Amino acid sequence: MQTKTLQKEAMTQKKERISGSEAVVRCLLAEGVNILYGYPGGAIMPVYDELFKYRDQIHHVLTRHEQGATHAAQGFARISGKVGVAIATSGPGATNLITGIADAQIDSTPIVCITGQVGSHLLGSDAFQETDIVGISTPVTKWNHQITKASEIPEVFAKAFYIAKSGRPGPVLIDITKDAQFEEFDFSYEKCTGIRSYKPVPTLEPLAVAKAAEIINQAKKPFIVWGQGIILGEAEAELKAVIEKAGIPAAWTILGASALPSSHPLNVGMVGMHGNYAPNKLTNECDVLIAIGMRFDDRVTGNLNTYAKQAKIIHFEIDPAEVNKNVKVDLAVLGDAKESLSQLLPLLKEQDHASWLQKFKDLYQVEYEQIIQNDLYPTKEGLTMGEVLKEINLQTKGQAAIVSDVGQHQMIACRYAEFNQTKSNITSGGLGTMGFALPAAIGAKMAVPEREVVAIIGDGGYQMTIQELGTIFQTRVPVKIVVLNNNFLGMVRQWQQLFFDKRYAATELINPDFVQIAQGYAIKAQKVTKRDDLGKAVQEMMEHEGPYFLEVSVEKEDNVFPMIPTGSSVSDIRLH
Amino acid sequence: METTNKLFTVSIYTENNVGLLNRISAIFQRRHINIESISSSVSEIDQVSRWTIVVETTETQMRKIIGQIEKQVEVIKAYYHTDEEIIYQESCLFKIKSDLLFEERQIQNIIKESNSRIVTVSREFFVLEKSGRRSEVDLLYRELKPFGIMQFVRSGRIAVTKQEMKITQMLESFASV
Repeated sequence: MQTKTLQKEAMTQKKERISGSEAVVRCLLAEGVNILYGYPGGAIMPVYDELFKYRDQIHHVLTRHEQGATHAAQGFARISGKVGVAIATSGPGATNLITGIADAQIDSTPIVCITGQVGSHLLGSDAFQETDIVGISTPVTKWNHQITKASEIPEVFAKAFYIAKSGRPGPVLIDITKDAQFEEFDFSYEKCTGIRSYKPVPTLEPLAVAKAAEIINQAKKPFIVWGQGIILGEAEAELKAVIEKAGIPAAWTILGASALPSSHPLNVGMVGMHGNYAPNKLTNECDVLIAIGMRFDDRVTGNLNTYAKQAKIIHFEIDPAEVNKNVKVDLAVLGDAKESLSQLLPLLKEQDHASWLQKFKDLYQVEYEQIIQNDLYPTKEGLTMGEVLKEINLQTKGQAAIVSDVGQHQMIACRYAEFNQTKSNITSGGLGTMGFALPAAIGAKMAVPEREVVAIIGDGGYQMTIQELGTIFQTRVPVKIVVLNNNFLGMVRQWQQLFFDKRYAATELINPDFVQIAQGYAIKAQKVTKRDDLGKAVQEMMEHEGPYFLEVSVEKEDNVFPMIPTGSSVSDIRLH
Repeated sequence: METTNKLFTVSIYTENNVGLLNRISAIFQRRHINIESISSSVSEIDQVSRWTIVVETTETQMRKIIGQIEKQVEVIKAYYHTDEEIIYQESCLFKIKSDLLFEERQIQNIIKESNSRIVTVSREFFVLEKSGRRSEVDLLYRELKPFGIMQFVRSGRIAVTKQEMKITQMLESFASV
């Protein structure tokens, strides 16, 4: 035993003289990274040279644009719970990462981005492809750092992975000057286990949990809204146990989707602007609102002055800065969701709020008759986005991971996709990044090859990162791509129709032949324009072994309802 | 929603790292808040920096900003205080023609009454230093202005709290590591 420990110590203490660039790869391997997404260029070439040498241990995926690399890393992280990695060169390579980094920041996705930088003697001199990426990325990263000496690499990488993944996750950027990549030093690696100025998870106060239990036990009309905190904290089982024991109807934010199966009897749907009728409406009728791992985004709350004013609000949250940021709460339970809910569970009384739950069911019926029925079983000629989702649910038995882009199709996908597994809804929530889905689907499928990954994309967003078809072509990653084509930037058009007197400024799209484009990348493709062909097409797509592209021409001017117009109260949710 | 603006003095204890200024100032910038003054120095503990930032905003905003500052990885702790809760000072320097010191008797009285200090005197100019509250510095400025000021500079506010800061023990534990 003792000799083993000594040996282990000797192993970690052992120093080897290697270059900074080799150290970068060795750090990635030490963190368990075996896939990363990126694009080479001058200032990062030494690292690429090492990636070449280590190619049997670490797989580099060449995306067609650096933005694609970040979204692929996000897709990887969101479906696997691991840290995604993206790499790019200095200057434009680095700035192209920013959209993905900002997306990861607002959606709390753990990614580490590595950028090359001009030699340290050139810093600040407007050298070729020099950009102050640390300065530029500061407001959209959880942490960032510039390395100018090779000897800093192990510690900075260890910190980067620790910070990205711990507590409330987020993106980290490491910028490495070219001279630091070439420089040789004595390498040894030690994982980071803590940083003195950083407390990732607040200490849970048992008293706060007890108070929460007391309030919940006395509630007559309790209502849970959970967010991504459940998924990030892997607290799905605890959430299920809590709602089942206390009989609490529970709704989810867009990023919380799939933490609880769609078919669970206490799962009452999505809150927010295009969420379900019942949970939005009843937000303003519950007596206790229990928010778990969510941040009261304005798309969730609508007008704050009329949001759940009648209710006592309890906020289970890992990030103290989120408490009382948007909604003033009566009780905050700071801590990790898994731990908090585990402690809460034994304190809860077994209850059954049947008549309260019935209200949700009644309102669901109203929504079903006025909206859902028409979306899923339309009688008009044109295809709806909803029926495509219904068909995908059927063919995948609700086991697929759905990666959606941004816009009408995204709302439809989140509303109608059936989820039976957690980490199945991958979408750009907070930032609303069009172009997210195609590269994110690539990353997701590579992270968990055994799962079906279906990207649902609008004709607008698809063309923002359409070049990633090249990545699919080169890697043959078997993602399924569904483009719901209405020849419009549909969500903007919907707003123009409702709030700008149908002045359709710059929202109509004249689109190319998407099938031909996919075929150009040797991706099997077909287009569906008739309802009768839809089922067979989706089946063919799911049965096909390789990547597949399916375009569905949907009704041009359909709208997504229900809808809470901006500035309105959640209870003023519109059905038409 | 609270709408009245107040003056707040923000004290932030941080690691001493490149780029942290950018990270912290960005939090104010996002909310369109102007920084009235900023001062950075060492603190009572080795390797720990202390920032003093003065801003005018509402208390609600202030509280949210403190949360967002504190969550930065390299920030150890952040506080905000009103003027009543702190002892605060600013420092300023005046560069003035030396002739005036002898020709204008009034100037000598001003120096004496304002409790300012002559730092240096040369043939051409002398430098006057004054530490105190903003109003005292402003008064001195107004009094000297008519005689002609060659250069004037004022530092940001620095402040200590009247109450003990809970940070002290935490920092001591850092120091003992």
